[in-house]
Amino acid sequence: MTDLTRMTAAELAAAIHSRQLSAVEVTTAHLDRIAAVDAEVHAFLHVDRPGAVAAARAVDESLAAGEAPASALAGVPLALKDVFVTAGLPTTCGSRVLAGWLPPYDATVTRRLRAAGVPILGKTNMDEFAMGSSTENSAFGPTRNPWDLTRIPGGSGGGSSASLAAFMAPLAIGTDTGGSIRQPAAVTGTVGVKPTYGGVSRYGLVAFSSSLDQGGPCARTVLDAALLHELIGGHDPLDSTSIDAPVPPVVAAAKLGAAGDLSGVRVGVVSEFSGEGYQAGVLAAFSAAVGLLRDLGAEIVEVSCPHFGYALPAYYLIAPSECSSNLARFDGMRYGLRVGDDGAAGAEAVMAATREAGFGAEVKRRIMIGTYALSSGYYDAYYGSAQKVRTLITRDFANAFAAVDVLVSPTTPTTAFRIGERVDDPMAMYLADLCTIPANLAGNAALSVPCGLAAEDGLPVGLQIMSPALQDHRGYRVAAAFELARDRADGGRLIDRVPALEVTA
Amino acid sequence: MLARLAVTDAELDVFASQLDVILQSVARVGEVAADGIPPTSHSVPLTNVYRDDEVRPGLGQAQALAAAPAAEGGRFRVPRILDEEPLAGGEEPS
Repeated sequence: MTDLTRMTAAELAAAIHSRQLSAVEVTTAHLDRIAAVDAEVHAFLHVDRPGAVAAARAVDESLAAGEAPASALAGVPLALKDVFVTAGLPTTCGSRVLAGWLPPYDATVTRRLRAAGVPILGKTNMDEFAMGSSTENSAFGPTRNPWDLTRIPGGSGGGSSASLAAFMAPLAIGTDTGGSIRQPAAVTGTVGVKPTYGGVSRYGLVAFSSSLDQGGPCARTVLDAALLHELIGGHDPLDSTSIDAPVPPVVAAAKLGAAGDLSGVRVGVVSEFSGEGYQAGVLAAFSAAVGLLRDLGAEIVEVSCPHFGYALPAYYLIAPSECSSNLARFDGMRYGLRVGDDGAAGAEAVMAATREAGFGAEVKRRIMIGTYALSSGYYDAYYGSAQKVRTLITRDFANAFAAVDVLVSPTTPTTAFRIGERVDDPMAMYLADLCTIPANLAGNAALSVPCGLAAEDGLPVGLQIMSPALQDHRGYRVAAAFELARDRADGGRLIDRVPALEVTA
Repeated sequence: MLARLAVTDAELDVFASQLDVILQSVARVGEVAADGIPPTSHSVPLTNVYRDDEVRPGLGQAQALAAAPAAEGGRFRVPRILDEEPLAGGEEPS
């Protein structure tokens, strides 16, 4: 019998919609896989078996009644990052401050998934409030990388990436503020897409850094990510920063790319993202990928983006500044944790005690940096300067995209590092986002597609493809062409080389 | 103070050196942030996004209070918000 958990979302949808498979058996197969392997991986903070099965049953009943599928992915189950609110399902953002919180409403992304007939298997683990690159900052313990359980699955969306690599879900949702979709995708051999800022609604996405946060699709294939992108994307009047324009034609682009011809496509290699600090196996896999793109007909040119080196410091001022303001809402008054309310202590003391008990070290560090960077006397030197760098980076992108259609780089400088290796060295942790941050600061589209395994450790490497704002489809086309050529060259799918996990049930 | 975090002395010892390293590193933005470069606060420059002024359902009282750490009489119960020390002269509420 075919293992349903190994199929792509597109294959599952076709089988469910033609009634060769029932949505209930597909969802149940994934729930059983979660029960069997998640004790080791810890991708999920909460699993909703009854809710997922009920949603799948509704899809089966609607199809049995002769109705058209509610969406292209109706019946295909999904893992949702625990930063999107879900009415009646716990939402914690990986933080003690929200442990056990049941939101009273659905995020727009949640609502669209439910309306599309996508069963939500559960909520995935993450670095607290999406701050981190390893999921080690989750208050509920780290997620482990299915390729090597002693290593990190990336972050902040490590639960989502690990759920895909461990075949616990065919689709997942992540959020990308500085790389939290793309870096986890790179280190787990999966596909992750940060859409153009404003392309997917932030309504009900618990805010970390509002001008950078962007939800997006995670999957094991480029086409699956595109199908999910079209389902969650598009204008939302409830998010004032949502772009009022049609969703870029990403599914058509993924199909076009799969035709295997990139003639006429100009690909720019970012010259700044190479050299010191980059693992040899990452650079080798990246060069091989560029060679493959050339073989597909793309024109390869080297492009300099001189200010990209300043993206990391600018990000670590802008994101903490916005976070210090956004996280002020966790004051212990209306929802979430409250500590020290003994009848004598005043509101300020209760607030400070609650936040001290409820937040982890990384969140505290960023709140302190943010309040400092925004304080009078330091504002111009820190936050003000970072905003200027943001302009310079946007200009670098504009200049580059005048000459090329897409830009490519490694997604992250190294393969998955070991759990514990960087927890006491925040700057070393921050370097994981070196190559992904520029696209967040400029707001343009970017994705990561697996590009091979590093020779020295056999772990996955990601190829980042960056496109101009609202040209998300360009990246999908190049990624889909590359994915096909890569699998042909390797004689099989990269994701099938994940070692088998021990089944515990 | 602004951070509203009751951090312990032990935490401060660790954070102080970590924050020094981070702040020194991020200060590099000053190298290129010349006068005359306009700041970008937001990658998509949108202003004044309005929606139609129509009544939409919101949270009911029970829903709003459902996750409250403490509620009393249909309201959020909060700790006292004024300090016990007398207010400084000239700042007395009218």
